[in-house]
Formats: sequence, C-alpha cells, structure tokens
Amino acid sequence: MSRLLCRCLALVLVAPAARSEGPRELTVYAAASLREAFAELGKAFERDHPQTKVVFSLAGSQELRTQIEHGAPADVFASADWKHMQALVAAKLASGPRNFVRNEPVVVVPKGNPAGLRTLADLPRAKRIVVGAPEVPIGAYTLQILDAASKRYGAAFGAAVEAHVVSREPNVRQVISKVALGEADAAIVYRTDALVSKGGIEVIAIPEDLNVVAEYPVAVLTHAKEAKLALEFVDLLLSPAGQETLGRFGFRPGIGG
Amino acid sequence: MRSRRPGIWDVAQHVASAVLVSFLLLPVAALFLTLSWEDFVAGLRNPILLPALRLSLLTTTSSLGLVVGLGSLLAWRIARRPGRASRWMEAVTQLPAVIPPAVAGVGLLLAFGRRGLLGGFLAEHGMAPAFTTPAVIMAEAFVSAPFFVQAAIAAFRRVDENLLVVARTLGASPFRAFLRVGLPLAAPGLLAGAAMSWARSVGEFGATLLFAGNLTGRTQTLPLAVYAAMESDLRAAQVLSLVMVALAFALLLVLRRLGPGVTWPGPEVRVA
Amino acid sequence: MLELRITRRIGPLDLRIDLSMGSETLLVAGPNGAGKSSLLRLLLGVVRPDAGRIALNGDVLFDADLEIDVPPEERALAYVPQDYALFPHLDVLRNATFGLAALDRRERVRRAAAWLERLGAGHLLARYPAVLSGGERQRVALARALARTPRALLLDEPFASLDPVARQELRASLAGWLREWRLPALVVSHDPADAALADRIAVIERGRLVQQGTLEELRRAPGTGFVAGLIESAPPAGAR
Repeated sequence: MSRLLCRCLALVLVAPAARSEGPRELTVYAAASLREAFAELGKAFERDHPQTKVVFSLAGSQELRTQIEHGAPADVFASADWKHMQALVAAKLASGPRNFVRNEPVVVVPKGNPAGLRTLADLPRAKRIVVGAPEVPIGAYTLQILDAASKRYGAAFGAAVEAHVVSREPNVRQVISKVALGEADAAIVYRTDALVSKGGIEVIAIPEDLNVVAEYPVAVLTHAKEAKLALEFVDLLLSPAGQETLGRFGFRPGIGG
Repeated sequence: MRSRRPGIWDVAQHVASAVLVSFLLLPVAALFLTLSWEDFVAGLRNPILLPALRLSLLTTTSSLGLVVGLGSLLAWRIARRPGRASRWMEAVTQLPAVIPPAVAGVGLLLAFGRRGLLGGFLAEHGMAPAFTTPAVIMAEAFVSAPFFVQAAIAAFRRVDENLLVVARTLGASPFRAFLRVGLPLAAPGLLAGAAMSWARSVGEFGATLLFAGNLTGRTQTLPLAVYAAMESDLRAAQVLSLVMVALAFALLLVLRRLGPGVTWPGPEVRVA
Repeated sequence: MLELRITRRIGPLDLRIDLSMGSETLLVAGPNGAGKSSLLRLLLGVVRPDAGRIALNGDVLFDADLEIDVPPEERALAYVPQDYALFPHLDVLRNATFGLAALDRRERVRRAAAWLERLGAGHLLARYPAVLSGGERQRVALARALARTPRALLLDEPFASLDPVARQELRASLAGWLREWRLPALVVSHDPADAALADRIAVIERGRLVQQGTLEELRRAPGTGFVAGLIESAPPAGAR
C-alpha cells in the first residue's frame, strides 16, 4: 500500500517537468493604453510565428514595473514613460530600451459636457476631476501639464484644479471609465484612449505649448524565457507595418533612442 | 501486547498540519522579518499612512454601526418570523458575500452613481455619493453585511421560543422581549458576527476603489494605501501592512477574551 | 370565571374547544398531539384563534366577531411552560422581578423575594438557573409568574422533567398552594397521577373536548378508551 502511495507521489512530482512540446508563449507586459493596438499586433505576430502564442498583461506601467522587480515572468516590457523603464535598466532587469511611439494627453469630458468646458483654462469649472495617480505615467504627465498651465493661467488655476480632484486612479483606463460613466466631469487621458472609447466622451485638446509628449519605450527583459521571440516582437513594433498599425490607433510615430 | 506505532493516518495529520500552518504563517512572518528598524521608522513617516489609518477606523466603525443597527432588526425578523419573505430576504443578504468585490463596486456605481438607477433622484436632493467618504462606508457596509446578518440570524434562531413567550406573558412588549431576553442571549453570536463583519470591511478594496475612488484623506483606506504604496515606496507598504496585521491581532485577542467568558453559567447553555 | 370557545386549525389538527371554569383547578388531559399545549397558547394570545371568544372575569381577551385581540402582555395570565423557561442570563431574583417592571425598584424586589420565600426558593436569590435542580426551577418559575398577581395560572406538564421523589414532593406543595390561592388554574398533563391536583378534569382528544367533569363523574361513566385508561391509573378517590 505504501509502495503504491510512493509511486503516485513520484508521478505527481515529476509530471510537470515532463512537459510535452507545445506552443511557445511570449509574455508581454504593456501599459494599459496599448491594449487594443497590442491586441492587433499580437495577432499579426502569431500569424507570422506559427506555434507561438502572445500573452499580454496590461496595467499601469508602475504596477508592471513593480511586478517585474519582484520576479514576474515577462519577456517584453512596454512602458508609457521612461521613468519606469530606466528604473528597470538601472536594476539590470532590462536592456537596450528603444522608444517606439509617442502619445498625446488630452482632456476628456462626458458626452454633453455638463461642466461646459471649452479649453484647458476652463478646467477649474469641472467639479469632479479624475486623474492618474502620481506614479502612473499619465498621472505624472498630468502633473507636468498642470504645472505649466498654472504658470500661464495663475496659481488660482492650479489650486482650484487640485481642490476638484476626487480620485487618483491606478491606470489610465480606470480614469477614462469614470468619465464615460458620467461620474467625473473632466479627466486627462491619452488621445488614443479617447479614440477607442465606445462613445460617451468628448475630447478637448490641450494647447501644444502646455502639453507634454508621452514617450513609450520598449525593451527585452534580461530574464526573458523567450529572448529571441522577444526581440522579434520589438522588431515588429519598430517596423513600418507595426508603426502603421499603431498609427491607426492614434499613436504618433516615435522611433528613437 | 502490540505497541502503538504511528500509522499513516497520524502521519497524514502531522504533515498536513505542518504544511498548512507554515503556509499561513509565512507571509505574515515575512512582513516582520524583512523589515529593518530603520526602514520601519522611515515607512512610518510616509504621509499617506496616518490619513489612511484614520480614515479606515472612521469608515469601518461607521459601516459596522450601520450594519449592526439595521442588521440586528433584520436578523430578528428573519429568525422569529419564518416564511417565504424571510427566506427570500435571507438569500438576498447572502449575495454580497459571493459577489466579487469589484463587481460590487460596479454595481454600486450603476445603482448610486450619477447615471445610475438612483442617480437622478439623489442629484435632486443634492447628493452624489460616488468619490466621497460616505461611498467608502457604503462599499464597506455592502460587502460586510452578510457576515454579521448571517451570524445574527443563527444566534437569534438559537433563542428558545418559550423564553420569549414567557417574557410576553410577564408583561413584556415584543420590543422588550427582544431587548431584555433575545438580545442578551444572542449577544455572543452577535459579537462574533460583528467582529467578522468589521474584519471584512477593514480589508475591503475592490468595491471601494471603483465606487469611492482613491484620494488620500477622503477615500484612500488602508488597503488602498498599501496598494498605492507598493508601487512607489515598498517600505511604506510594509509598514501599512503591519498596521493592518496589528489591527487583526487586536481583534482576535478581543474575540478570544469574549469567547469563553460570554457563556451563561452552566454547560447546557453554552452558545457556539 | 374563564370562558373559552375557540376554533383553530393547526397543521393536521382541527381544534374546537368550548369550556368554562371558575376559580378551580382544571386538569387538561389527553394523548400526545391532542392539542393540549396548543390550547394554552391560544389562551395566552400567542396563537390567534380562527374564530371564537375568550373572556376572563367578564373581560374579553379575544372576540373574532368584534375584532378584539388583547396582546399577551396585557392578558395578566401566568404561564409556566414545560422546562420552566427561566431566563438563563438572569439570576433567580431578577428572573422573579422580570414581570414587575411597572413597580419601583424596592417594591419589585420586596414582592419577588416574598414570593420566592413563600414557595421555598428564598435561599436561591443570587443563583443562576443553570445550577438549580428541577424542583428548584419549578418553584422559581411559579414565583416569577405569581409575583404579578395574575388572574389565572397555566401550567404545562409541571412535573414531567422531575424525578419521582421531586415530583411527589412538588405535587403535594402545588396542591396546597392551588387550594390557598383560589385562582383559575389549568394544568396540562398526560400523567394520570396529576388528577390529585384537580377539582375537575377535561379530556381532549384530537382537538375535541370529549369529556369533562370531576374524577368521580368520569369514573362512573368514562366516555372514551383514553378516559378509561386515565381513570384506571388515577389515584383513588379521596387521595386529595
């Protein structure tokens, strides 16, 4: 009886190691704003690489960076700002990051514009403003934009906006969902989020001289299990075909160092 | 005489116990063991800690008061007036316990949000609960109510009907019978239920994040603060976590002191 | 003077009782499930009759036609259920004072203590019900009920949970007390020996009152098999 038990135990322990040759998996950690664009690029990649499956984990860049720092098994990291990428590079968890797109922050309001905003200067009129948390790239960009705007419109602008912030969300999609639900009167998100949103919002552009350009770097992670596939995915992002796809979703071209 | 050697059943018990107890203990121990004293002190200084602690204590006390106050009456009704209505109400009170918290958050938004079912009505009366401290209390009350109400129903059911009948014949109104007989006898069960409910509301995260948002001092409770701190200052997250563990320990201590003491003298009336 | 004429359907049981009694002790006997305990609950106002009338000393406690239904707390009826239902979280004194909330504190304690003393439980004031014997609990329950000077006394199987010695002792005491108090008293019991307590006996079978009268009257002309069996086991005439 105990012999049988030992044999069963051995099987259970050994079985996972004896994995059969199945499809390979590429794990991509990407900023939440890249959801739809990457879904399409993932399918294109799978078409070109039979027997390969691309798996995405989408969240605020700060959350993904923390997970990678704690050993999350990712192959590629695409961040919505350089701060989190540089932290990983410094920790020798990523190398050779390259900028692959840019994005434009915009102000969004619920359909019907209940607060009646016409420009960024009107922002204090919104009674409920939702922004990204400071650690989230969009949150950091928002702080920069508001800082610049305060210099132009006066300190009262900044104070009023700050007083009307009701929530700092952990990623940009949570921010825009509050606007779409009508719970927030205004928010700052990426133009690409506004484009994929299924109605319920209107866009107000931010003056170019006050706006920041969101730069998105991508890199292969040091401990990637599928390093070769990872490099090929990054190549896809940087290729004309990849750039065209990203452009269709509203991203700006942004290949750089 | 055959000596008793440990059989496979004994071994299985020992192994299972060792594995599970270690598994449950390790994450909590890790919170302590991986934090140096300097890091602890540094984390204590993080500005989100005190507001989060204050807010959590305020909101969980409020939601507990709401749940216990209303829940006792509901539980009494369900326990003492069996019937179809009571069965249905009991089922409804069990729902939040099986709904994922994030789903609860969405539901709360769709019910009480500006564009929700009651949005218009609330707006007319100058109320917009989402993103406010009351929203935190609502989210906490929603997810924690089942824990108290279920325990209260069970405790009230255990009260011998004869005692209540006799109380009535001795001149007690239905309310006085509840207050002087039903409530004291159910008290241990009610307290245990309240403790469970409070523990659940302290740890509430998903529904709070969605319905109340995340703003230091107004809606960022301890769990939300831990989540936010995780991504910027791990030490602060650890310290916040330790604060929550301390709260949990305190609760356990209180419960254990109450437990054996709150039985009426005599074995036959020990309440579970 | 208690007049009771009620009908009530309880599950499979169709209860239809019509009886009246003066300041006497009535033994309500019958097989299990006959409806004896239900009768008490209807009388107490805990269960509502489908139709009928209940009046005590001229006061109408229930009248279906006139839509009168006095709640239990206002009927001034004393009730001691089987197992006595002492409040386990209160000591003996506070159990006894429970029904005296209308009085001021000193009077409450005085009266309750007096009754407890009278029934032989005066030395138990600070004890809790859980540590009392069956006989002691019986006395406390009676004292609690009587401290309110009720207009009638309802006892459900008063000796069922006592050992034979305690049973005999208590039965003798109770017989004496009942004679002393001159209250209408209904004693529900399936034990024929309890006939010794009663002035009259009412037999209920399957929800109907099949016979009532003194022990002698029942003995002379037993109406049903159960009554006959009851007579056989009852103490001989004059045992009271």
